[in-house]
Amino acid sequence: MATASSVASRPPPKRRWQLREKIIEGAITAVAFTGVAAIALILIFVAKEALPLFIDPEALKEVSLAKMFLPQVLKEGKPAVFVWQPVSDIPKVSLIPLFVGTLKVSVVGMLVAAPLGVLAALFTSELAPRRLREWIKPTIELLAGVPSVVLGFFGLMVLASLLQNTFGLTYRLNALVAGLALSLAIIPVVFTVAEDALTAVPRSYREASLALGATRWETAWKVILPAAAPGVLAACVLGLGRAIGETMVVLMASGNAAIFSPGLTDSTRTLSATIAAEMGEVVVGSPHYALLFFIGVQLFLITFVLNLVAGAWTRGVVRRLGGKV
Amino acid sequence: MSPRKLKSGFFSGLSGFAALLIIFALGVILTDAIRGGWSKLSWEFFSGAPTDGMTAGGIFPAIWGTTILTLMMTVAVMPVGVLTAIYLHEYAPAKSRVAAVVRVAVQNLAGVPSIVFGLFGLGFFIHFIGENMDKALGGELKYGQPGLLWAALTLAVLTLPVVIVATEEALRAVPGDLRNASLALGATRSQTLWKVVLPGATPGILTGAILAVSRGAGEVAPILLTGAAYFLPDLPNTLNSQFMHLGYHTYVLATQSPDVEATRPLLYGTVVVLLMLTFTLNFVAVILRSRTRSRANA
Repeated sequence: MATASSVASRPPPKRRWQLREKIIEGAITAVAFTGVAAIALILIFVAKEALPLFIDPEALKEVSLAKMFLPQVLKEGKPAVFVWQPVSDIPKVSLIPLFVGTLKVSVVGMLVAAPLGVLAALFTSELAPRRLREWIKPTIELLAGVPSVVLGFFGLMVLASLLQNTFGLTYRLNALVAGLALSLAIIPVVFTVAEDALTAVPRSYREASLALGATRWETAWKVILPAAAPGVLAACVLGLGRAIGETMVVLMASGNAAIFSPGLTDSTRTLSATIAAEMGEVVVGSPHYALLFFIGVQLFLITFVLNLVAGAWTRGVVRRLGGKV
Repeated sequence: MSPRKLKSGFFSGLSGFAALLIIFALGVILTDAIRGGWSKLSWEFFSGAPTDGMTAGGIFPAIWGTTILTLMMTVAVMPVGVLTAIYLHEYAPAKSRVAAVVRVAVQNLAGVPSIVFGLFGLGFFIHFIGENMDKALGGELKYGQPGLLWAALTLAVLTLPVVIVATEEALRAVPGDLRNASLALGATRSQTLWKVVLPGATPGILTGAILAVSRGAGEVAPILLTGAAYFLPDLPNTLNSQFMHLGYHTYVLATQSPDVEATRPLLYGTVVVLLMLTFTLNFVAVILRSRTRSRANA
């Protein structure tokens, strides 16, 4: 009887391996959520450190949304201004100079990177002979492998001197230098994503256009590029996201003066560089510390939205052209 | 020649010029670094520590710190990245909502600015996990401060998408027939995965690891906030030690040197070493990947 009951209580062999398979599948699925958890934890914990800004009475005395985003009158009778001087007797915490700096540097970077990246992608996918294509692509991808600190170094040591000597600029490090160095970081992003989108256009489009007597350039410019337009735009949006978030290049090549000025040849400070430059000296838990995390939250949200948009566009173009995701 | 042909020729040339310009820029970056730093490369430079207020000596502590850091990062990121890719490609049902969420999260993770990863490492690993570990271990300040472990884990989160994307590509390259054959012979799903799919995908997974190492070794912004140090007399010897790092060393020498002229050769030397490291890794990855791709298309 005893043996009979022990046999009955043991699951049959088939059930046991099924159970094991279920456990393995469950474990793998659980691990797969690390990425989801990571993105949530990033937002939660960066926001958590920024939170005192809005609830801590001491921080509320120094910082408010109005002080961050609206012009402030610093001396009686003087016009209202935007000033970022978080370490002083009366901290001035306007984020506008930093936003303007980020905008200036990113726009310069994009103005260089978008046309160059897209044209190079067009050349690589549509016009270059096959053998040349096999060389160009990996070479430009190598540029993506250059660490951004090296690009910053290049901007600081080479581009800055070159521009200053050529144009006689007052400030050696400025938004223009940072933007140009930044474009080197964005170009591979724009190029790779745009090239993928262009290559996804079915061959029949090319053949039809060429058969109608269009030249290769006309085919590339008027048929392939429009067909892949959302993907190419997505490439530029991803590039912009990278530009806004990039830190080391601008930290090293922009000059880091947080002044409110539209001039491209003025020394400039961006949002990302501010975090990197000031976190080292800040008192943990102070309003300034929370403020730097608040800048981080904004950077996160800006790039997150840009990435969502770019992702949706890329998937859209692939689906429309009948490819597989 | 008709004006149409002429116009086409002009614009074709212009787009070719764009590609050429990018490659030219890469060439200038490389030649400038090598011209400035090649003469500095010597055994003393590789094996010595910085001396005379960073104006002389070598960069061994920075090489060592970079190596240990990326090694720890790789150990942390590889299992998670590979398993996530396995879930996405092997286990998730087609059109699965869950898989779509994971995919979007991974894509967005790849777009998070590196400085935000630094803030995350500081806020989550150091101030949350580290400080609570210290409390649990008796209140001595040990883990609630920047150090090797937290920097490595921060970089692991940063490089997670790189590993996932590369591994998924590798899994795609394994023909479905192999899986079906294995399952038809009575192997279970996990046996098929372990004995058939993973061996076939190994070169591609290796590519992912190399790309992650190359990316991780070059990132400075995250470790700026989580453990890199300007100068240390000793090599890191515990998980919570601070460390020197090639990328951070480059930044420090380029921007905070007391004597620019004296530092210049050291700076260029450091850049050459950093570039040699990342380029060698990228180069190997490109070759491995092109092999995987050609096999997948065959």
